[in-house]
Amino acid sequence: MALIEIRGVTTIFGPAPPTALRKLRSGLDKSALLGSGHTLALRDVDLDIEAGEIFVLMGPSGSGKSTLLRHINRLIEPTAGRVHVDGQDVMALRTRELVALRRRRMAMVFQGFGLLDHRRVVDNVALGLELRGVGQRERRTRAMQWIERVGLSGYEERLPAQLSGGMRQRVGLARALASETDIILMDEPFSALDPPIRAQLQRELLALQAEQGRTVVFVTHDLDEALRIGSRLAILRDGAVVQVGTPWEVLTQPADAPSADFARHVNRARALAIGSALAPWPADLPMPDPANATDTVDADASIEQVLHQLVGRTDPLAVRRGNVIVGQVSMSSVRALLAPPDRVSPRQVPEGSENRSA
Amino acid sequence: MGDEVTGPALFPDWQTPLREATNAAIDTLVMGFGDEFEAVSQALLAVLLPLEQALRNASPWLVLAIASTLAFAASRRWQFTLATAAGLWVIGALGQWDPAMQTLALILVAVLVCLVVGLPLGVWSARSRWVQRVVSPTLDLMQTIPSFVYLIPAAMLFGLGKVPAILATVIYAAPPLVRLTALGVSQVNAEVMEAARAFGATRWQTLLKVQLPLALPSIMQGINQTTMMALAMVVIASMIGARGVGETVLVGLQRNDPGMGLVGGLAIVILAILLDRLLQACGVRLQPRGSVRSSWIAPWR
Ligand SMILES: Nc1ncnc2c1ncn2[C@@H]1O[C@H](COP(=O)(O)OP(=O)(O)O)[C@@H](O)[C@H]1O
Ligand SMILES: [Mg+2]
Repeated sequence: MALIEIRGVTTIFGPAPPTALRKLRSGLDKSALLGSGHTLALRDVDLDIEAGEIFVLMGPSGSGKSTLLRHINRLIEPTAGRVHVDGQDVMALRTRELVALRRRRMAMVFQGFGLLDHRRVVDNVALGLELRGVGQRERRTRAMQWIERVGLSGYEERLPAQLSGGMRQRVGLARALASETDIILMDEPFSALDPPIRAQLQRELLALQAEQGRTVVFVTHDLDEALRIGSRLAILRDGAVVQVGTPWEVLTQPADAPSADFARHVNRARALAIGSALAPWPADLPMPDPANATDTVDADASIEQVLHQLVGRTDPLAVRRGNVIVGQVSMSSVRALLAPPDRVSPRQVPEGSENRSA
Repeated sequence: MGDEVTGPALFPDWQTPLREATNAAIDTLVMGFGDEFEAVSQALLAVLLPLEQALRNASPWLVLAIASTLAFAASRRWQFTLATAAGLWVIGALGQWDPAMQTLALILVAVLVCLVVGLPLGVWSARSRWVQRVVSPTLDLMQTIPSFVYLIPAAMLFGLGKVPAILATVIYAAPPLVRLTALGVSQVNAEVMEAARAFGATRWQTLLKVQLPLALPSIMQGINQTTMMALAMVVIASMIGARGVGETVLVGLQRNDPGMGLVGGLAIVILAILLDRLLQACGVRLQPRGSVRSSWIAPWR
């Protein structure tokens, strides 16, 4: 059973969603629904999100990503369908239970950061712990650890308004991490940031994730970002899920014409992690030391970043995730990944790439 | 005059039934709920009288010292501290010390009542569109209806004196506080509200930890405006028997003594300026401050 299960979720915004839903089920089309002042934000969405993966909800603006994300912690309620978190029916929870679920199981990061402007950084980061009833001294200690972890040491007594956008989102990240929940929901957390800062935060998120192994549901409208950080992706279009798969699958077997068009324009070397080209480590060779940075590469590094280590190399290059060697890559497996989409057939999927998340 | 109109009259007579119904209702209230109004009256006096006694009996030296200390604590500026002392001293020199202390007590209690009633009402109307639909036109009515209209029944229900004066002041002065509280609370960024909920804040926690602190500048502005409007009511308050500087103006009016009117007026203006500046300084003091003082927080420093 998946950690988060979404089944048959349909969400309609407007004055009378249940009535609109009945009409929709009896065959009314979307434009007629619009005429009555309703928006069909999501329709018949089914998703399984596994523990420990970075699951990306990707789609153009207005495709229903934010709405779907907010169903998981019930900031927004669907008109029909069920959401289960760890077997618990989120829609059936009473207020008290819902509050407990939000405090213990899931934190959230927002595009506009959602920081409390009247509080110093440290008190923003400690929000989740505070709401959960952790004492002043202890939550300060714990918040300080996370402030350090996201690289904001020395800024803990500042107000959010005194920080740059990138630093503010680090506060948002630290706040989510400090809550020590196993699920983190992120709604376009890096979209408001400049490209270099965004790339840096993406790398840091991947590093954090490698060490933390939490379940991250990540919303973005940027396919490059989605491919870069997702273990798996769900592509949404007009409120419907058109494809679920690994970055590799999404790139090579696009589900519809717009996705194919998108995929053609992706810089694969930059978008795909080297882990996408993973093959098992040959049984007859000795395992290299994962701590040796010249002989191993991080599974989350982009192909572009490790290409120089591959060029001219004859023996396999070991790939580590955290402190474990998870397999190897070679120039030929990478070349297959980088081939343009019309020349790649599904048969060429390198072994192990579907299971990046496992 | 309308008697000469022949044929079917254009206007039906609504005046008589409305007047009679209102008077009957007030009579019923006076007869049937005397004890309740008496209880409200006693509660207000229980707050007002000790405060008034304290202000009037205290040595003016002490009052000057306390006021200056407050001014300095709030503004951290010597100019304002000295201006506060000087302003109060001028009030004393104008022979208005005792009435000014009475007025001050009345204003403070009226603003307190405004806070007790207005803050929850403001929060409530920010949170419920339905409540807002009722509250907003009621506030319009309170601000536009001439105060004499409610002074008459207030005096009938509570007798002449301080209590109806406080209530009339509250009716006139509370609207800006309610409105600015509602505005401040409803202007809290939607994502910030979502963040509070997402991290498991209850409605109370959201209110106390997020909405009210973020609405504080707006609420302080509301308190300031409410205080100014309460001061504007002191002359009318004196007409139903509240003592204070308003009475000085009223006496000047009644005795055809413009100089007396000016003396009372000056005392009111000085009180208004001092309270306004003091509340503004408090508002600035309540703003959050980070470890590094940068110019955007307090550009006037
Ligand atoms: N509160 C709301 N009221 C009405 N319509 C909404 C509301 N929230 C979202 N929508 C509509 O639902 C659709 C999906 O929105 P959203 O989930 O925010 O999309 P995305 O995050 O993918 O941009 C959009 O058409 C949007 O206009
Ligand atoms: Mg969105």
